[in-house]
Amino acid sequence: MEYAIETEKLTKKYGELTAVDGLDLRIKRGEIFGLLGPNGAGKTTLISMLCTMLEPTSGKARVNGFDVETQASEVRKSIGIVFQDPSLDDELTAWENLDIHGELYGMRGGAKQKAIENALQIVELYDKKDELVKHYSGGMKRRLEIARGLMHAPAVLFLDEPTIGLDPQTRRHIWDSVRKMNREKGVTVILTTHYIDEADVLCGRVGIVDHGKIVACDAPSKLKTKGESLEDVFLRLTGSDIREEKASNQTMRLRMRAWNR
Amino acid sequence: MSEYTAIKVLWKRELLRFVRAKSRIAGSLGMPLFFLLFLGTGLNSAISGTGGNYMEFIAPGIIGMVLMFSSVANGLIVIMDRQFGFLKEVLVAPVSRLSIVAGKIFGGATTSIAQAAIIMLIMPFLGVSFALSGMITAFAFMVLISIAFVGLGIAIASKMEDMHGFQLVMNFLVMPLFFLSGALFPLTNLPSWLKVLTMIDPLTYGIDGMRGALTGSSAMPLWMDFGILALFCAAMIALGAWLFTKKSTGN
Ligand SMILES: Nc1ncnc2c1ncn2[C@@H]1O[C@H](COP(=O)(O)OP(=O)(O)O)[C@@H](O)[C@H]1O
Ligand SMILES: [Mg+2]
Repeated sequence: MEYAIETEKLTKKYGELTAVDGLDLRIKRGEIFGLLGPNGAGKTTLISMLCTMLEPTSGKARVNGFDVETQASEVRKSIGIVFQDPSLDDELTAWENLDIHGELYGMRGGAKQKAIENALQIVELYDKKDELVKHYSGGMKRRLEIARGLMHAPAVLFLDEPTIGLDPQTRRHIWDSVRKMNREKGVTVILTTHYIDEADVLCGRVGIVDHGKIVACDAPSKLKTKGESLEDVFLRLTGSDIREEKASNQTMRLRMRAWNR
Repeated sequence: MSEYTAIKVLWKRELLRFVRAKSRIAGSLGMPLFFLLFLGTGLNSAISGTGGNYMEFIAPGIIGMVLMFSSVANGLIVIMDRQFGFLKEVLVAPVSRLSIVAGKIFGGATTSIAQAAIIMLIMPFLGVSFALSGMITAFAFMVLISIAFVGLGIAIASKMEDMHGFQLVMNFLVMPLFFLSGALFPLTNLPSWLKVLTMIDPLTYGIDGMRGALTGSSAMPLWMDFGILALFCAAMIALGAWLFTKKSTGN
């Protein structure tokens, strides 16, 4: 069981569209693995299947040694996730959101309290802990979601575009915390991002995904040939066309609303 | 991870949201109060010729109304949780689907009983008062009614994509259930087609039971009201749990 993630011809189809296409992926325990890819490449769909929120159309996937379909509850005990889309309870305060999270993940009393305080301090929201989340700005909500994701140290942590829309200072803080968790607690991290520099500095390996397939997968330094930047590699492999994000209107509207608040 | 903690925290969350939403509570109490005040007072004088007290007659019906509407409305919270994403946070946690449903049912039942309690506290000021002993029996019926209809609300929410669909259900299912329940008129001497409809309506048994407990006169024996309501309640818990689980595992 040396792999934290193991997929075998993992596939997800939405009607005609194949969002994840026969993917074979192996991620070792203790890695920080980056998934890079244009909009609609299938990164979120892949993560949704790995975290048991979406059933694969075909193929297999194991997370922390457990099958995502037949051992879903074991998988859920092994993971933590920061979703791409909003997932906070707006009617509650930041503290209450994290408190619920802590209890859902079996934390109690003083340990829970410390974990919440610590997480809020990382994203610098401690002073605003008693404000209702609906009064938060889009960036603050995102920071809170990341704080929540960093509260407990799971075997595998998924971060789906965690730092989108955040300023460079906050991004650095978050990188540090992710690295620390990885180093001190042995948490395997799977991260998707649009910021290529983020993947470059944070990830031991990156997989470049396009049209539901992995087109390249290696250490950033090895992918870069002849003095290329990682961005050059990315563009060389995925082309320079702009991809329309075909998220449902619903998701788009909610996301816009979340960011504009 | 104990499932008990999970149920408790989800229950607590419903209560927290409830106390935050003061305007929503006030809004949901408006309609039943108007029914009680205007219909109760208005028809009291019309019916007083027959010697009955109409206000006292409809009071249990109004309690049932508050319970059913606020309980079914919990389905709306499920839909909102899905739309605004919080449901994902709960579904991805190491907690069984059954515990999630249980937390929602207990939370929803508690908040709707709280709303009914507010109405019951106002009733004495309108000249309706009940004996304490009756209230204890009535409470048992209130618990069954609220749990059953939260279950129904969750079941409906699991079949609906958005709030508009849910609103439609409120109008075309919940409203008729209220009017057919004998909340506003006695079940005796009805034309047979109407009689059949009232007997199909599960709320009928809840309201008849509460009326028997609170005013001492019911159309059916209390054990029968209780038994039928308990069966309906069990069926709704099962239906809600089944549809919710199905919805959240099938992509
Ligand atoms: N629920 C859905 N129904 C239909 N198509 C979807 C759904 N979710 C995602 N897709 C499509 O699947 C493809 C992959 O999407 P996604 O995994 O979100 O990509 P990424 O996260 O890499 O941007 C896109 O073409 C997207 O439009
Ligand atoms: Mg995505």
